[in-house]
Amino acid sequence: MSQYILRRLLIAVPSLLGISLVLFIVLSLAPGDPFSELATNPNVPPEVRLALRAKFGLDDPIYLRYLHWLVAMAQGDWGFSFVSRMNVDTLILQRLPTTLYVIGSSQLLALLIAIPVGVYAATRPYSLFDQAANTLAFIGFSLPTFFTGILFILVFSVKLDWLPFVYTTDIKGTGIAWLGEQIRQAIMPVMVLGLFQAASMTRFVRSAMLDVIRLDYVTTARSKGLGQTRVIVRHVMRNAMIPVVTLIALQIPAVFGGAIVTEQIFRIPGIGSLLISSILSNDTPVVMAVTFVFACLVVLFNLIADVLYGWLDPRISLR
Amino acid sequence: MPDNELRTMIDEVKDGRMDRRAFVARMIGLGLTAPMATQLLAIGGVAMAQSPSPYKPTKRGGGGALKLLWWQGPTLLNPHFATGTKDQDGSRLFYEPLACWDANGNLNPVLASEIPSIQNGGLAADARSVTWKLKPGVKWHDGKPFTADDVVFNWEYAKDPATAAVTIGIYRDITVEKVDDLTVRILFNKPTPFWADAFVGAAASIIPRHLFADYKGDKSRDAPTNLKPVGTGPYKFVEFKPGDLIRGEINPDYHMPNRPYFDTLEMKGGGDAVSAARAVIQTGEYDFAWNIQVEDEVLLRLEKGGKGKTIYAVGGDTEFIALNFTDPNTEVDGERSSIKTKHPIFSDANVRKALALLVDRDAIKKVIYGRAGRTSANFLNGPEKFVSKNTTWEFSIEKAAKLLDDAGWKPGADGIREKDGKKLKLLYQTSTNGPRQKTQAIVKQACQKAGIDVELKSVVASVFFSSDVGNPDTYAHFYADIEMFQIPMSQPDPAQHMRRYHSRYVATKENKWQGTNFPRYVNPDYDAAIDAAEADVDPVKRAGFYIKANDLLWQDTVFIPAMHRLKVEACSNTLRPVISGWANESDNLHDWYREE
Amino acid sequence: MAGLTLASPSAERRRTYSPWRETWLRYRRHKLAVFSAVLLLVLVVAVVFGPFLWRVSINDIDFNARLEGPSLAHPFGTDDLGQDILARMIYGGRISLAVGLAAMMVSVIVGTLIGALAGMSRGALGHALMWLTDLFLSLPQLPLLLLLIYLFRDGLKAAFGPEGGIFILIVAVIGGLRWMPVARLVRAQFLSLREKEFVEAARALGASRARQVIRHILPNALGPVIIAGTIDVAAAIIAESTLSFLGLGFPPDTPTWGRLLYDAKDYLDIAAHWALFPGAAIFLAVVAINFIGDGLRDALDARRVI
Repeated sequence: MSQYILRRLLIAVPSLLGISLVLFIVLSLAPGDPFSELATNPNVPPEVRLALRAKFGLDDPIYLRYLHWLVAMAQGDWGFSFVSRMNVDTLILQRLPTTLYVIGSSQLLALLIAIPVGVYAATRPYSLFDQAANTLAFIGFSLPTFFTGILFILVFSVKLDWLPFVYTTDIKGTGIAWLGEQIRQAIMPVMVLGLFQAASMTRFVRSAMLDVIRLDYVTTARSKGLGQTRVIVRHVMRNAMIPVVTLIALQIPAVFGGAIVTEQIFRIPGIGSLLISSILSNDTPVVMAVTFVFACLVVLFNLIADVLYGWLDPRISLR
Repeated sequence: MPDNELRTMIDEVKDGRMDRRAFVARMIGLGLTAPMATQLLAIGGVAMAQSPSPYKPTKRGGGGALKLLWWQGPTLLNPHFATGTKDQDGSRLFYEPLACWDANGNLNPVLASEIPSIQNGGLAADARSVTWKLKPGVKWHDGKPFTADDVVFNWEYAKDPATAAVTIGIYRDITVEKVDDLTVRILFNKPTPFWADAFVGAAASIIPRHLFADYKGDKSRDAPTNLKPVGTGPYKFVEFKPGDLIRGEINPDYHMPNRPYFDTLEMKGGGDAVSAARAVIQTGEYDFAWNIQVEDEVLLRLEKGGKGKTIYAVGGDTEFIALNFTDPNTEVDGERSSIKTKHPIFSDANVRKALALLVDRDAIKKVIYGRAGRTSANFLNGPEKFVSKNTTWEFSIEKAAKLLDDAGWKPGADGIREKDGKKLKLLYQTSTNGPRQKTQAIVKQACQKAGIDVELKSVVASVFFSSDVGNPDTYAHFYADIEMFQIPMSQPDPAQHMRRYHSRYVATKENKWQGTNFPRYVNPDYDAAIDAAEADVDPVKRAGFYIKANDLLWQDTVFIPAMHRLKVEACSNTLRPVISGWANESDNLHDWYREE
Repeated sequence: MAGLTLASPSAERRRTYSPWRETWLRYRRHKLAVFSAVLLLVLVVAVVFGPFLWRVSINDIDFNARLEGPSLAHPFGTDDLGQDILARMIYGGRISLAVGLAAMMVSVIVGTLIGALAGMSRGALGHALMWLTDLFLSLPQLPLLLLLIYLFRDGLKAAFGPEGGIFILIVAVIGGLRWMPVARLVRAQFLSLREKEFVEAARALGASRARQVIRHILPNALGPVIIAGTIDVAAAIIAESTLSFLGLGFPPDTPTWGRLLYDAKDYLDIAAHWALFPGAAIFLAVVAINFIGDGLRDALDARRVI
């Protein structure tokens, strides 16, 4: 096993390099201009715009720009934002705590809802609980987050005035009051995002459980006299978890840059909103840095998932 | 309007026989702007009036927190690098210019001790220099004194191409010299009637020499003060997170008495305009939100909540539809919309006039812009009350249909008009934006009823307004028949605005589509008017030429103004902001206060 | 003769069905699935033939009838320009359903193919395919979209006409960026299933790799694929609206269901009906497809005794 992990880690390095090259090419070829706002500004003569482009090396050939980026990255310089004129790593680090707090909590919430509900629904298929859970799940993922977000805002902020809907990162005070405020403003975005993801996850968990629950060895375990809980948890779940583990591994990198709409609606200064605003203003260094971190996370978590498969189902041979 | 009449009017104002406000209003009706009108008066010898200050509080501070919501958050805090009004607004919280515009088009001094005029010797009669006197005793936030050296430094910093400052256009053609510690003189290399450009307004805020002197030219991006501004403004810098949050606190040594009112300041960024309006008007979480580009109906509904309202400021921004004078569908030497082609449909003036009759401005105003729009026939600008003698607008599907019929465009079997085998089909593009898409839908419907087939296209804003040479979807490439957007009048003087459509600035592949004349309009009379205006010293004659240019654009139907757009902001019921259509929203921040 | 027993009469008459007929019979017993199939059929028929029955135009702007609730003249109400929502939903439904189903097919087929190949391979091919999957997972969707549309829009427009060209582009883009989770799920299933005894048994009987996959492993791996497919339909319909909000999809006045939802979001407290109907339509389509999928899976699953 450790040999396998080592080998995979070694392979990860060139594979990440390859990914970064493709990413860079895609970003360079995509249309759009970081200095587009200057285009309709009559005060800015065209020569200045062109000079800015040259200064940031936007007119160099692609391979040259990629090499510059690679060398800089290797030295720990993550680049310089065209738009904000500050270092990219400062930008990202400023937003990291909020992202982890809000988006991370919603992923956790999704898991905490999906697994129990999915498992329970699978043990009583087509019962009332199951029907209700399914219907709610369908509603959950056929409504986009921009919609549920606004619905929540209308109900909880505007009509009931219980919760603030603009997220601020500088709440004053200490102790319980501070904690209370943090939780109050995070409730809505965490719910919106968490419920949306819980909806699809519940369906997967339920389906995976249903696949396993009818297998013979489960009947064997039951007929051996083992209690329901023990059967479910020790025998069924472990085998049913393979698709679930796959999903979780796919979703965790999305914490870092995936919750774009929710961040927009609630004005959460997370990495997702940094990514989208950088993409729309063609701030390539920021986009490159964020997507590269994202790529690293994707590769890492898929590796973890592969290792977990071996543990969950010993018959899977990883070579 | 012939210059004699203009001159007579100015004399009448000087003698007190005509009310200055009436003069300004007449000039606006003819397509000029309020600041231009007041400057006409200034050159003519009538000193600028200072509007009475609305500021009531009698002591500094005690006002608590001011919470601002800018749905496009500032991403940097150096005015010389600002890539949009949002960055200027953010910088303006801490930095200040010499003077700024108020709602009536008058200049209010900020760092200057008085406004230059002919009477006090500040303005030279030949319009080739301006002398500004600086306020004594002004200190930067770190305690160092503000002097003429700082002003001169800003000019050196910005005009250096290596700094790549976006403000270079303002500072490039002037010379700034220090007369003494509290006086600077600006020299123009040609007579410049619009002298109030350099160091005026948020875009031209002044940065401190002692902190930036080491970071001129290539090193400009390394200055630590880029992210931690030290200015002269009413609020001192506390914290900055690009795109997200700016925080400031009261400056106890501020140079204006009893100001500022608020103790702390917060500017939050991100999100969209509708939710920004909600946060101010419905839930009261914020005091002020910027640039609410939202359908008026939604706003009216929000205001029923009672915690806030929308306020409007009149500027010069016109939302227009531009017509392409070249053919976007024919490629010549690898270039579409080439100046070597003529638009097959629009070369018939009747079609252009018919199209102008098909834009239902009333409906657009009623349904979309509401209180934020005024119908206009002028490209330059013109409030509703003063319909200019020279230009009119009308909406009539029947008249348009008749015009087209008479010109030989007869409806074919599918209802679409055609002539000589050419179908009357247009591609109409604009940037992605709710109100714009709705306007498109309204125009399209009227066109369909008149027998014109319209295809709609919307392009994401960062691509539409980009200067990317290879991208066919930019407004400058204009690979469509008509396009709609707004060029904000960043300067309350028509020179730059009108100069764009001179035939020498036609956008072509050769100049990488950087030419400003994107409709590719070529008219020797227009060129002559613009050339004459720029060569003339006499500001009164100059105004006459711009009025003529505006009328030519209207006669030739180069642009169809859809709406004269006002600036719309959302503001809490207790806040008393000071907003001008000619200035950035944060330009008069020192005069804001709250009244219960 | 010794040891000969006559087969009982009932055994004689036992009918044998072809596998397809057997699947159909089993499917039929799943009542919810049948109902859903009918529901989907109704939706499809409505959007295909609807315009001939309900002849109100989709972009008839009527300023006097703005934001009205359901009435006889406008059964689903009107939007903020006075346009009839029912007519717009019928017209847009064609596009939404077509895009949703087609994109889902693309992502499911591509994902299953790649996942199966990766799951069965024991060498370099598997690693290479997983690298490809990781690559696509890391790609930022928006710049990729801008790039693809910018590169291919004109060519496709020329070849297939404006509507057809954009349709192909959107389906390719949405489907092409959603196959990765399916591939990973399928691969995970395959890794586990290929070691099971029944596969070994099949191999012992001489089944070729392909036959093992198609007849033995694949039907059992379909569970997560079907769930992913359902979710993908909803996601595709919504993704199309995000695309047109960015100016990259269909023209802004094309009333697809996702676009209607997007336009209605600012009017939720004034005119809830505007969002209610497209939202309900998407919900129904998703539910229907899901139960059809459930039914299919149960019908194909040899172990389940219905």
